[in-house]
Amino acid sequence: MGNENNILDQVTQGEYKYGFYTDIETDIAPKGLNEGIIRLISQKKNEPEFMLEFRLKAFEKWKTMKQPNWAHLSIPPIDYQDISYYAAPKKKKEIGSLDEVDPELLDTFNKLGISLEEQKRLTGVAVDAVFDSVSVKTTFRGTLEKHGIIFCSFSEAVQNHPDLIKKYMGSVVPAGDNYFAALNSAVFTDGSFCYIPPGVRCPVELSTYFRINTAGTGQFERTLIVADEGSYVSYMEGCTAPMRDENQLHAAVVEIVALKDAVVKYSTVQNWYPGDKNGKGGVYNFVTKRGMCKGSHSKISWTQVETGSAITWKYPSCILLGDYSVGEFYSVAVTNNHQQADTGSKMTHIGKNTKSTIISKGISAGVSNNSYRGLVKISRRAENSRNFSQCDSLLLGDKCGAHTFPYIDTQNSSSIVEHEATTSKISDDQLFYCLQRGIDTEKAIGLIVNGYAKEVLKQLPMEFAVEAQKLLSISLEGSVG
Amino acid sequence: MLKIKNLHVSIEGKEILRGLNLEVNPGEVHAVMGPNGTGKSTLALVITGREGYEITEGEITYKGKDLFELSTEERALEGIFLGFQYPVEIPGVSMTNFMRTALNEHRKYRGLDPISAADFLARMEEKRKLVDIHDKLTNRSVNEGFSGGEKKRNEIFQMAILEPSLAILDETDSGLDIDALKVVANGVNKLRSKDNSTIIITHYQRLLEHIIPDFVHVLFDGRIVKSGGKELALELEQKGYEWLKAEAV
Repeated sequence: MGNENNILDQVTQGEYKYGFYTDIETDIAPKGLNEGIIRLISQKKNEPEFMLEFRLKAFEKWKTMKQPNWAHLSIPPIDYQDISYYAAPKKKKEIGSLDEVDPELLDTFNKLGISLEEQKRLTGVAVDAVFDSVSVKTTFRGTLEKHGIIFCSFSEAVQNHPDLIKKYMGSVVPAGDNYFAALNSAVFTDGSFCYIPPGVRCPVELSTYFRINTAGTGQFERTLIVADEGSYVSYMEGCTAPMRDENQLHAAVVEIVALKDAVVKYSTVQNWYPGDKNGKGGVYNFVTKRGMCKGSHSKISWTQVETGSAITWKYPSCILLGDYSVGEFYSVAVTNNHQQADTGSKMTHIGKNTKSTIISKGISAGVSNNSYRGLVKISRRAENSRNFSQCDSLLLGDKCGAHTFPYIDTQNSSSIVEHEATTSKISDDQLFYCLQRGIDTEKAIGLIVNGYAKEVLKQLPMEFAVEAQKLLSISLEGSVG
Repeated sequence: MLKIKNLHVSIEGKEILRGLNLEVNPGEVHAVMGPNGTGKSTLALVITGREGYEITEGEITYKGKDLFELSTEERALEGIFLGFQYPVEIPGVSMTNFMRTALNEHRKYRGLDPISAADFLARMEEKRKLVDIHDKLTNRSVNEGFSGGEKKRNEIFQMAILEPSLAILDETDSGLDIDALKVVANGVNKLRSKDNSTIIITHYQRLLEHIIPDFVHVLFDGRIVKSGGKELALELEQKGYEWLKAEAV
């Protein structure tokens, strides 16, 4: 944690620094959602028949569903016909090498601090970048291939590994799982796919970077990670968007399958544009993330740092099917100004001796609302299962809200479920102590908040942790006057 | 260094300090003594800029500047250090990180570059030995899980790192056993120089056996009612404060 100081030093302004827009020629579908559009997407992507069927089935289901309203959120009406469901940087031909990638695009990713030019080799991170709807470039593929690891865009996987896609897509989050997942299943345009063969420990961190660029488009990406028996992978996801006055919709699906003895660590630093100080604009982040611990002794761990988005609706979950499987959820969710977040986790214990941990740290400032919502479900046959949940809320100021909605459903008597919750404020004593040591208010808050979130931050891969700490400080700037 | 003239301070309409005068010159150690509730801690908090105190009259100049023109953190950066009576815990923030942040703020204020990690660790190590604080403590979160004595030692440790011009030690001796007291006193003595000043707030004489003050003041009912040399502390120890109450009226 020796870097914390540098990071805090670097943070001098609280503006959303990823708010630029790249002027790039885009191939964009007309607004609206109907069967024709779905067929167009499938055709543009040259998809096999089973994909189109999957999409159409999801669309049929979606039409019968209603947008959920049980969350502690106030969501303005969304006109789903006023969104374009496909936008891609125009390309003249198939991209073979990096030289052929549009320089404007490379520049964008450079601004975001992601070098596609294999600079990541130094840090050992393989990156798949998704720009609007299309995966632009995956780095590091050669190294990964040596280990038999498949890491590519979802579209490529559909073309090159249709059997894996057919077998696992929708197996954890079915096409009609919920309103937003159904929408995603119908119209998703790209995303990342990852397969780790049996017994392989992925030698680098895998990373996907999502960027919404074009106005009036939604981003619907889909990620599928399959960890075969005894394998290990650590996967990171980052996201940003330009500053725009209108709201943009992001409805993603992430599915993880962990077979026997496999371990998957999934980390997210979510920094979509949160809207301005008055609540204008910002991304609606409605995401379904779920992992299935299919085999015994498998483990899925979710870590998320949520600082962006106008509205967040997201519950990374684990289905603990295999005996002795383990599910973990570590979350820091920050809301400032007019942001709203309803986020948490679901742990469904089915196998025997399964274990889950939920650590949630909510931080609310401004006039924002921050809710934790979690379900721990222990089925009858999940004997000797254990859950520990800890939900802490930190309030900055007196106009924000923190809420906790824990649901516990236990169907056997041999299991143990623990839930702890606290609500606290940054005390005047703590602030004065920092000020008296020469640390100004903004920095003091950054320091205290990072300390408060440490338990979660330490779960992040190193280079992500640095970014997350920076973000926490930036997100809260100006929140205490 | 510090000049306090006719200082009147109220909290929520209640007057705590009622015309306090005090002058501290470079190199001097002053002890401010007095029974509980006479305004000793208030004096420390007003000098360091804690919110919630209303200054109704009087002035304080520090290094020739009007102290009230400076914000709380500016006073710290100008070299005023408070050793807290009740050091606060900051969970999850390591001592190392906290002190490095603080030190770098001080350096920035003086137009210096941030200290390198290696230099900082060396400095920590040097000062740690000075106050005999265990290296385990410097890896822990700020004051979290520290015993009373460890917290007080930690205050002196921070003082050693920041090297203030004016240190105010508020009841640093309370809660210390005799060994810890010696360690703390030893730390303070080693940090004494002709350029910096110390104000020791205490109600017992025993700390003053180890840190010899140049001046001793008795604060009573919001005013300094008696000042003298180090022998005044001994007199107080023998006679208590009662005889001064009579003088004050």
